[in-house]
Amino acid sequence: MIDKIRSADRRRVSLLTTVGDRWRALTKWQQALGLAAFVAFLYYLPLLGVPGLTWLRTDSIEGGNNWAGVLFVCAIYVLVAIGLNVVVGLAGLLDLGYIGFFAIGAYSVALFGSVNSPVVKWIQQEFNLPPTWAVTWAICLFIAIVLTMISGVLLGWPTLRLRGDYLAIVTLGFGEIIRIVARNATGLTNGPVGISAIPGPEGAPSPDNKVFGLIDAKPWYWLAITFVLIMVFLVRRLEHSRVGRAWLAVREDEDAAAVMGVYPFKFKLWAFAIGAALGGLSGFLFGSRNAFIDPTQFNANLSILFVAMVVVGGSGNMIGVSLGAVLLAYLPERFRDFADYRWLVFGLAMVLVMILRPQGLVPSRRRARELKDRAAEAEEAPAHV
Amino acid sequence: MHFDELIGHLGQHTVDGLSKGAIYALIALGYTLVYGVLRLINFAHSEVFMVGTFAVLILWNQLGVENNPPVGQAILFLVLGLIVAAAASGGTALALERIAYRPLRRKNAPPLIFLITAIGLSLVFVELFGQVLPKLLGGVLPEAFGRPRQIVGMPTIIQQETLFTIGNTAITNIQLIVFVAAVAMMAVLDWFINRTRYGRGVRAVAQNPETAALMGVNQERVIMLIFVLGGIMAGAAALLWSMRFGFTQNSIGFVLGLKAFTAAVLGGIGNLRGALLGGLFLGIVEVYGATLFASNWEDVIAFVVLIVVLMFRPTGLLGESLGRARA
Repeated sequence: MIDKIRSADRRRVSLLTTVGDRWRALTKWQQALGLAAFVAFLYYLPLLGVPGLTWLRTDSIEGGNNWAGVLFVCAIYVLVAIGLNVVVGLAGLLDLGYIGFFAIGAYSVALFGSVNSPVVKWIQQEFNLPPTWAVTWAICLFIAIVLTMISGVLLGWPTLRLRGDYLAIVTLGFGEIIRIVARNATGLTNGPVGISAIPGPEGAPSPDNKVFGLIDAKPWYWLAITFVLIMVFLVRRLEHSRVGRAWLAVREDEDAAAVMGVYPFKFKLWAFAIGAALGGLSGFLFGSRNAFIDPTQFNANLSILFVAMVVVGGSGNMIGVSLGAVLLAYLPERFRDFADYRWLVFGLAMVLVMILRPQGLVPSRRRARELKDRAAEAEEAPAHV
Repeated sequence: MHFDELIGHLGQHTVDGLSKGAIYALIALGYTLVYGVLRLINFAHSEVFMVGTFAVLILWNQLGVENNPPVGQAILFLVLGLIVAAAASGGTALALERIAYRPLRRKNAPPLIFLITAIGLSLVFVELFGQVLPKLLGGVLPEAFGRPRQIVGMPTIIQQETLFTIGNTAITNIQLIVFVAAVAMMAVLDWFINRTRYGRGVRAVAQNPETAALMGVNQERVIMLIFVLGGIMAGAAALLWSMRFGFTQNSIGFVLGLKAFTAAVLGGIGNLRGALLGGLFLGIVEVYGATLFASNWEDVIAFVVLIVVLMFRPTGLLGESLGRARA
């Protein structure tokens, strides 16, 4: 059984490598054309009606609206995966509390943008503003990113000096702290009651909104995918810059990096802050689309799901983690009958991938090489077994 | 802030904290043993504890235990519960080691891969007891696996009553049993690690695996031994938990495991006596904190304590050492 899985996996990997090599062999304008076609397809996706591909749709009724909603969730999870990939895949810091940043992002648009939030009410009272006043969506976006970056630095400052496995537990604790604070600090967050009337780009949810309504999810998906594409571009530039190389160096060997003049703490903190901002952006989109949030939406399981996306997809590789995110968001929706078992399947998938293919479904080429080296070392020194 | 309440009933809160911390300490031992030898956080250890509580639940259901049995029977049920829980938890821990960690060790995988595997395993166990078993065994064992993910109650084995009072501090029989049993288990473990031949092997592997192997210590056997020992301690904790709180659920492991790990780190992970100290300290801090603020802030206090301790004393109160020194 395991041998069969292994041989199928080997065939899949060789297919992937051939595809990758062919892609890199294309000329520049061919690649640009391919990318443009792919982006156009992404924007077309919610309208998907190509015969033969329609079985991808998840609508419970023919031609329904659920498919676009699922795509939206896929898109914000891809955003999360890209952000977490900076932290886990590039800088090599296992962050199990990523949900905390997601929650802070969602709560910043709720607290500052909704007329029902205690914060907005307090501002209205202090400055004698009309009861319909709230911070506009675009400024909330800015607030969300700043707040999550600050919280990333605040969490990273004391904890990033810790060893990797301690960091994992401390961040897990951080995620829980954020959730419990959101639940208990009733004066700030409305506690378990939650906050409603969270605005979208057109303002608070109302029947007059023409584009970003509660029912039609297509515009939301287009908005999210735009953010995803921008962030993919930015993170890609970052990855291939001096900062990106410094992250890889710190991940591979912290001491060697320090000797070479890369200050590990600084770059780890940067990774944390940038990862946090991306998580916050994703949470921000989640909050505005949902128009209502409460603390139960941000539990620790979701945090582990985020890590699973990165790990199963192939940590360190942006295509890999995006694929992981899409699979983990899409499959439970498509196979709704098995949705009860999805956490079980995630857990099993994590264990199997780690034991059989620790580099993930679409491995980063560097990371695969590193793991191969370690396996070779293990074979050279059988005394360790 | 309720300083008056805290100061006025300081003794009472300390006693409550100690009996709470004793359970943390027992679970913390599992983390500490494995970490001391393998430098691995066995994240799935919380589920080892959870399996133990379900073993106790099923046993008591099968025996048809009713509320408040006579003393003789109660002792019998507790002893049987201890054996079954220790067997179930120890077996689970051993299975985790064999199925998941050993193949990874063979490949010389980096620590993060171990940790992620452990998280996956933990998820698998939670779902197994929350979804799969209720569907499979719901008809056979309706009391244990009725509706998915529900909280299931257990019979009261010992009626809680005040044994004696010192000043305004009342000590109940359950608190006394939990504390004494936990400390006794830990004393036995401490003796085992420090005084027996097997224990010497464990310490040797913790100090230096290669040298230990050269001296004829079977490393694989030592690793199995520590997983089983940690599992047995978690099983004992599971019995004490069942006796004291009288309920279980597929997801109780998560927060409890996190607290126990915090306790292990507080005392100095890899250090057996540190686990005891850390557990008791954490229990007391939590009760004090819950009194000062409000009981729903309890978990936040535990995590803040963890972060603060790691900042100022990353090796914990007593320092990390299973192999070195005596403790």
